[in-house]
Amino acid sequence: MPRLRRASAAFILLTTLGASAGCGISDDRATSTDTLRVVSPMEIHSLDPGTSDGIFTRLEVAETLVTSDLAGELVPALAESWAAAPDGRAWTFELVQDATFHDGTPVTPEAVATALERAVAEPASPLAEAPIERFVPTGTALRIELAAPAATLPALLTHYSTSILAPASYDDQGRVTEVIGTGPYRIDDIELPASIEVTRFDDWRGDAPAIERVTFQAVGRAESRALMAIGDQAEVVFGLEPAGRDRVEAADGVGMESSLQPRTILLKVNGDHPVLGDVRVRRALSLAIDRESMAEAVLREPELAATQLLPPSLTAWNQPDLAPLEHDRDAAGDLLAEAGWTPGAGGVLTKDGEPLRLTLRTYPDRAELPALATAIQASLAEIGVGIEVEVGNSSEIPAGHADGTLELGLFARHFALVSDPLVTVADTFAPEGSDWGVLNWQDAGVTDAVDELLDGAEDTRAEELRATITETAQEQLPLIPVAWYRMNAAVSDRVEGFVIDPLESSWRISDARFAS
Amino acid sequence: MADLGRAVRVVSAADRDRVGAILLRRGAQAVGVAVLVSVLCFLVVRRLPGDAAYRIAAGRYGYDLVDEASADAVRAELGLDRSAWRQLGDWLLDLVQLDFGRSLVTSRPVAEEVGYYLAGTLQLVAVALVMALVIGGAAGVLAARRPGGALDRLTSGWVAGVRALPPFLLGLLLVLFFSVHLGLLPAVGHGGATIVLPSLTLALGLSGLVARVTRDAVVEVRQSEYVRFARTKGLSERRVLVRHVLRNAAVLLVPYLGVQAVILIEGVVVVESLFAWQGLGHALVHAVFWRDVPVLQATGLVLALMIVAVNTAVDLTVRWLDPRPRAREAVA
Repeated sequence: MPRLRRASAAFILLTTLGASAGCGISDDRATSTDTLRVVSPMEIHSLDPGTSDGIFTRLEVAETLVTSDLAGELVPALAESWAAAPDGRAWTFELVQDATFHDGTPVTPEAVATALERAVAEPASPLAEAPIERFVPTGTALRIELAAPAATLPALLTHYSTSILAPASYDDQGRVTEVIGTGPYRIDDIELPASIEVTRFDDWRGDAPAIERVTFQAVGRAESRALMAIGDQAEVVFGLEPAGRDRVEAADGVGMESSLQPRTILLKVNGDHPVLGDVRVRRALSLAIDRESMAEAVLREPELAATQLLPPSLTAWNQPDLAPLEHDRDAAGDLLAEAGWTPGAGGVLTKDGEPLRLTLRTYPDRAELPALATAIQASLAEIGVGIEVEVGNSSEIPAGHADGTLELGLFARHFALVSDPLVTVADTFAPEGSDWGVLNWQDAGVTDAVDELLDGAEDTRAEELRATITETAQEQLPLIPVAWYRMNAAVSDRVEGFVIDPLESSWRISDARFAS
Repeated sequence: MADLGRAVRVVSAADRDRVGAILLRRGAQAVGVAVLVSVLCFLVVRRLPGDAAYRIAAGRYGYDLVDEASADAVRAELGLDRSAWRQLGDWLLDLVQLDFGRSLVTSRPVAEEVGYYLAGTLQLVAVALVMALVIGGAAGVLAARRPGGALDRLTSGWVAGVRALPPFLLGLLLVLFFSVHLGLLPAVGHGGATIVLPSLTLALGLSGLVARVTRDAVVEVRQSEYVRFARTKGLSERRVLVRHVLRNAAVLLVPYLGVQAVILIEGVVVVESLFAWQGLGHALVHAVFWRDVPVLQATGLVLALMIVAVNTAVDLTVRWLDPRPRAREAVA
């Protein structure tokens, strides 16, 4: 008998354990009117601003000195105002008066200097490339002294890697152990790599956000994210694939929000290649690509077909009057004929006995790239250009750039890593070439225009220079634009005022509220 | 088969030796597996295409910030240009000192990260095993009451059904039903009620076979002479089941469950990724993706050692259930 009792006791214990493991803290996560649940595919690899992928600025926990508005214009954040010295070799950032860190300590120029020194030391931070000599705290401001003028410095200071954390955030080896920022939300709990909970910071210097708590959850699978959106398990769900978007649009109580990103899928062309060095061949390739059909079939949005390199979301750079890139197979054939290519065996054009065969390298990390690569292969086959698609590792493109073996590379390039696209544009068209920009191609007009812009050209002159760059890029096609990108999120109808910032500097949750 | 239910469990000196021998043998196996798995993981990552420094830099900084400069900085910081043999030697040397190093991507201590993921997987597997045992065991025992009866046939259908459904699809169906339609359970996440759906996905897949094995074992044991004797002796049906049938059936079931636990541990990859559950399967996928060699080696190591541990536990449990000396045939 005792044995029987022991056995049934063990059974009851086990089943209760199983059940209680199931119930635990479920009440915490239940839908409550004051918590906004955000789901995204992005995992948080580290607390350090430089390797956090911007999650802490998006959740408005950390702030940078300068930030950008929805139009991409620079606006104050922790710096109230900024000005360059007359010789351009220094910038002074006047800090806002009443800012405090989440641990209650005041934001001092010294604390800002310490945080920025760490950003400079981070090799991948855009700030690391600025010619910064030293940071000089001066009363209520921070002076940044430069070895050479840098007109884009305020834009660089919008990047999340330059977030200002409290001195107490770092351990003695300079590692971030706690994210103590200055934003309207402070960290309640972090469980790397997938979840963060934040609450309203009561001493926030601005207007108190309407939404009190925000939880962030990283969910890797797009199918799971779509089910969360339609099952009312999250109010904001980022990164839905076309099938999931269709389901959300058909569901009640949730809708899609989207915004065109400053990102372009493009074909990088080796300008030194015996075949591709001929601008007529590059134009022919561009004319042969049926961008609209590809955008419709792969991205499910024909409007995403690129008509020029820089998308309309970059208002200052996109030229609405520029003649758009077109799909015209006959014109492509004529250009190739003019360049000396004649029909050969197997439908592939030849010149001097050599067939027109090229290799296109791409990588599968962005699911649409291999699909677009094969669509390009099919488009070009129609005009007699043989393309071999190599889907490999993303490092193959920089590697092929470095050793000059790359012929065509297909990838997505973000043109506004910092608020001013000039920084990325300058890198893209660097005369010496760039990993994710031109290869063995330069144009004196473009180089001069970039230099003049970097030196601080303004207003109409700046407009002219930007037009020179985009027009030359459109004519010469050292990079053949394929498609633009749209960033989307499923947003519950219960949330009002949620907008997507194309630059993603912040998710602007403090501007949103729950519908009453 | 003799009646084990009545066997007196006296742990003799010889038994202790045998338990010691089991532990010693399994311990040696663990060391061998550890070395083999570490070396294999290392070689596999070396054979993966592409430049690891770029992958690691992409893992750290995001794709948009990766260029030659940041990849070079990563390479220099992590000593990726050391010879392969030196990198492997350094890792093994650290391993002997129980130092797993730091993750190449997150820079956090690997022991801390893998410990976190291990806890996640253990929770998931434990809850799944209990659920599978409860669902499958109950179905098996009930089906065995009347072999060939309606319930038995229903169980056979169940076995085939859950076995034929891939965990990914089963998981999606469960989410659709329990969280989208009924709104009862959270679909994904880590902690709290979020464990129910992923462990149920694993448990349902497993429960079919548990039911099958339990049913066959119970049917076989029921027909044995000692059970008939127990009945003749006048024991109630319930006591016959609990004291004689189940214990003897468990001897067949436990080794089988051991094998299933191993499959579960390895099968969590799909379920963990679907439900965004933070466990070893998830860690493994990410470590391969970002070329995070120390995390990959440590995860591989923990998975391999878990398999050794499960096998040891099975050996010991079966010894406890069936204490008759095994070497008898050899002596005779």
